[in-house]
Amino acid sequence: MSDPTQAPSRIDTLQPAVVSASGLTLTFETNDGPVTALSDVDLEIEKGEFVSFIGPSGCGKTTFLRTIADLEQPSAGSITVNGQTPENARKDRAYGYVFQAAALYPWRTIEKNVALPLEIMGYSRAEQQKRIRQTLELVNLTGFENKHPWQLSGGMQQRASIARALSFDADLLLMDEPFGALDEIVRDHLNAELLKLWSETEKTICFVTHSIPEAVYLSTKIVVMSPRPGRVTDVIISDLPAERPLDIRETPEFLRLAARVRDGLRAGHSYEE
Amino acid sequence: MSRSLLPVLVVLAAIVAIWYAAAIPVNAPWQESIYQRADETDVPFSRFVLDTWNQDRPVLPTAHQVFRELYNTTIAVSPTVPRSLVFHAWVTLSATMAGFGMGTVLGIGLAVLIVHNHAMNRSLMPWIVASQTIPILALAPLIVVIGFNLFTGQLGMPTEPARFLSKALISAYLSFFPVTVGMVKGLRAPERIQLDLMHTYHASATQTFFKLRWPSALPYLFTSMKVGVAASLVGTIVGELPTGAVAGLGARLLAGSYYGQTVQIWSALFAASILAALLVIAVGLVERLVNKRLGARAA
Repeated sequence: MSDPTQAPSRIDTLQPAVVSASGLTLTFETNDGPVTALSDVDLEIEKGEFVSFIGPSGCGKTTFLRTIADLEQPSAGSITVNGQTPENARKDRAYGYVFQAAALYPWRTIEKNVALPLEIMGYSRAEQQKRIRQTLELVNLTGFENKHPWQLSGGMQQRASIARALSFDADLLLMDEPFGALDEIVRDHLNAELLKLWSETEKTICFVTHSIPEAVYLSTKIVVMSPRPGRVTDVIISDLPAERPLDIRETPEFLRLAARVRDGLRAGHSYEE
Repeated sequence: MSRSLLPVLVVLAAIVAIWYAAAIPVNAPWQESIYQRADETDVPFSRFVLDTWNQDRPVLPTAHQVFRELYNTTIAVSPTVPRSLVFHAWVTLSATMAGFGMGTVLGIGLAVLIVHNHAMNRSLMPWIVASQTIPILALAPLIVVIGFNLFTGQLGMPTEPARFLSKALISAYLSFFPVTVGMVKGLRAPERIQLDLMHTYHASATQTFFKLRWPSALPYLFTSMKVGVAASLVGTIVGELPTGAVAGLGARLLAGSYYGQTVQIWSALFAASILAALLVIAVGLVERLVNKRLGARAA
């Protein structure tokens, strides 16, 4: 195992924030009246960070991710992505988004699914082929180019959807509970692969999850959120080393971080509801 | 194979049995009057039954009579003569295919407008539904007479193409509706998450249509085309009834009923249903080809 005292090496505070939110509030109008999904959220995400958002259902973690992606509009406060509005960042293709479900197109082969954003963004044939090969290799799906999604397992489908999000090489990767529907063993495996991918590509990753071990294992920064109204209760900077074998989850450092996340979740959660 | 064939054969046998059984009482009064006029009495029951099954102009012709007529008017004669049912079937089929083509294109076009434009959804949909509440039997003569006169008069068309076009219009009128309804549902089939995905790519509406909505809608398109093609055929046949047309399965039906040629009516009906089945099968074959190209899971 590597040296646990090694400081997280990826945070470079000199560069401008990739995501910067201040006083961010978002209210949905529903038939039962307004529901506050985010209230007064302040958060900075630096380049190269791996940030996990954790909290119970309804705490606004997905909403926050969708706001970064310009899929939701804030009601108050401000948010910038790469120093621009989320809309302009989206139009610049600043991020890749991985949804909870793989959402692959069943009528397209894996190769063609990965090509989808490239086709839309107008890459040349040759460039498409090159990027398909590279990203499929990155997610360990080489050899499955001509399979259809239904021929792949759930874990492989989700890997294909990650390849699709990576194919156009955006610096920011937004992942909304991508492994939530997968079983523990597959999830462990994909977590390890994701960490490897992150260190190879040096991307900034925002990762929404329900799972404490997953959040602690993956992140350089853990954002603990609490429901109704969605707010940030704790931001934990991880002091785990960059090199993380799966059995790091048995170490005291890991368990201490996990305990702090759990405390944060408990503090933010009201059981009277 | 034999497992699935057996129930089919049992049902078929039952239908034929009911058919022949029904022919006896239905044709009996006429047969009795024949015997009366010929002064025949004490006709044995077996002969009576056979006679009711083999009348010249029976109220209810039997299967062998209908199929003999079908054989005589298809295989036994050249398809170019007006006596040939193949000739009439082709007249009906060509107008049906033209009408079905127009109806499908119109149906898809309307569905695209409805899905992409909220105002169109509000303003077009009630009219589309209302259009189908008008009995086609009331509307067909209107279209045929007005259309025919318009095409031959103002537009200076020869009578045959004008008649063809009038029939195709009725056929299109019946077939666009299922296509519109199916395609509206199909084009709206993509899930929120798939539309969000296109949004994150900053895809244009055209790209979203051709890369997501259209492929998602294809299964719905084929289902509604199967309904549409059958309706289309009915439309053409109805269009052939009031035109005074001399060709087409509809004209054949009408002529048969004018002259009490029940066997002719029944053989035209059979020809029409065979045609309908072939059309539905043809759409099904195209569907399978498209599905194969889209890499759908083998059923």
